[in-house]
Amino acid sequence: MRRAEDRLLRAFVVSSAIGCASIVLLIFGFLFATAAPAGAELGVWRFFSDPSWHPLEGRFNLLPMFVATVAATGGALLLATPLGLASALFSRAYAPPIVAALYRRLLELLSGIPSVVYGFWGLVTLVPLISAWQPPGASLLAGSLILAVMILPTVALLADAAIAAVPAATVAGATALGLGRASTLRRVVLPAARPGIVTGVLLATGRAVGETMAVLMVCGNVVRMPASVFDPVRTLTANIALEMGYAFGLHQASLFATGLVLWALAACLVLAAEWASSGQMGERRA
Amino acid sequence: MSILRFSWLGPRVLLAAIACFACSDAPVDVAAPGPSALAGKLTLSGSSTLAPLAAEIGKRFEASHPGVRIDVQTGGSSRGIADAHSGRVDIGMSSRALTTSEGAATREHVVARDGVAFAVHADNPVQALSGDQLLAIYRGELTRWSEVGGDDAPIVVVDRAEGRSELSLVADYFGVVPSAFRAGLVCGETQHCVKTLVGNPYAIAYLSVGAAEFERDRGAPLRLLALDGVPASRDSVASGAYPLGRPLLFVTRASSPLSEAFLALALSPEVADLVSGQAFVAPR
Repeated sequence: MRRAEDRLLRAFVVSSAIGCASIVLLIFGFLFATAAPAGAELGVWRFFSDPSWHPLEGRFNLLPMFVATVAATGGALLLATPLGLASALFSRAYAPPIVAALYRRLLELLSGIPSVVYGFWGLVTLVPLISAWQPPGASLLAGSLILAVMILPTVALLADAAIAAVPAATVAGATALGLGRASTLRRVVLPAARPGIVTGVLLATGRAVGETMAVLMVCGNVVRMPASVFDPVRTLTANIALEMGYAFGLHQASLFATGLVLWALAACLVLAAEWASSGQMGERRA
Repeated sequence: MSILRFSWLGPRVLLAAIACFACSDAPVDVAAPGPSALAGKLTLSGSSTLAPLAAEIGKRFEASHPGVRIDVQTGGSSRGIADAHSGRVDIGMSSRALTTSEGAATREHVVARDGVAFAVHADNPVQALSGDQLLAIYRGELTRWSEVGGDDAPIVVVDRAEGRSELSLVADYFGVVPSAFRAGLVCGETQHCVKTLVGNPYAIAYLSVGAAEFERDRGAPLRLLALDGVPASRDSVASGAYPLGRPLLFVTRASSPLSEAFLALALSPEVADLVSGQAFVAPR
């Protein structure tokens, strides 16, 4: 009886797992197959060496967009990581329990707001503000600011969870040794929670890299290597969203190649997250 | 393990964003059962300039044919033409004339006329620019408003994304290729351009005359610039005097009783109020 149940459950679980894995592989296969004509006709190198991005005139340089994606994400992380960490420390170590619980609900709410809402706010409020200072306003800076707000809940909530998961005995031990609250947090709690915090940051990075609508609306979308944070940029995701609707032939294939570059970037991030969460934690436990 | 627990954050929010983006061009979707000679679904795709008008005509058509559902999708003129050609949709929408190769094996029907106008923020003192000045601005040779009689501020040149019909129309008008333009910003859909212009007093952009007048009449601080001395307006587009005029087309390949009936309504004077309601001009 038990055996039959086990076998059934096993078959169900295994087939579900295969199904999930094949979705990812199918997406990769689809991207690769649709981008292949561009790769075959142009050669991979032209996506990084052409003079500009004008697919209808046979120019396919993706490099400025790759740089823009990495720069916008980097800027967002630079802003969101310290804020998220501070927010987690506040809710776990300094806020009264009721305030902390309310504060966490607020952060969860923040994470549920659709990105177009952020994008629209950015377009009608943030961009004009920056423009009054450094035209044209729509810029790498605006993109990083919007992305920082969007990934802040991810960083804050995961850091919060990681800090909460630090064993109470560890904290009690630190207290018994006579460490104050600040030193306990800095020397004991944060190092113990580090793998979880790093995972949170990497997940937030993934979200920032893949974000489309908001960056499309606030970044300016000019395909050019940015020289300062006030320069408009186009990210890889915005490129696909802007032009995929009406692209044909080689233009369309080159947009799928854009997707493939994005996919590769996301894959690298997942690998890094995997390394950070399992590798480091394993070491610590050993 | 925390990856498993929290990985829903990204995809779900992204999905919500996609859903909301899609609903900005909400397809008409009011099917009610009832007796009618015609039944079924008619799909249109293409120009985002023409889509709102097509949706309005679709609503009126559905009102008199309760068994019919009209589905309007955007995606740009080239997509509409290609979709009509491949049979993926019944009717394609285009906001530019068809090229010779696109015109083969398809029929085109002029639903309305429109133009492409250069526009600035209403606070910008510049009232008119010549074609040469506009080209110099778009090529990055003229970079400050003070050089053309405006404030001492840099010109924010708003261009359109590669492949947009407005971009090819304007480039053709100036006799240059799109890569000759040095953009300060790039926008996609017309609405995106309007919001960009409204938010920046020193921006210049080009967009649909109809859409720009429509927005201006509803309070958006825009000013349409005259082109070569001809004011950019519905009237000058209607008279044919405006140099950057363009037809708004329905493109079909195969015909069905349903699409014929829809086209008959769309091309009849019965929808003149809808055409002018969208600030377009009825075809001559």
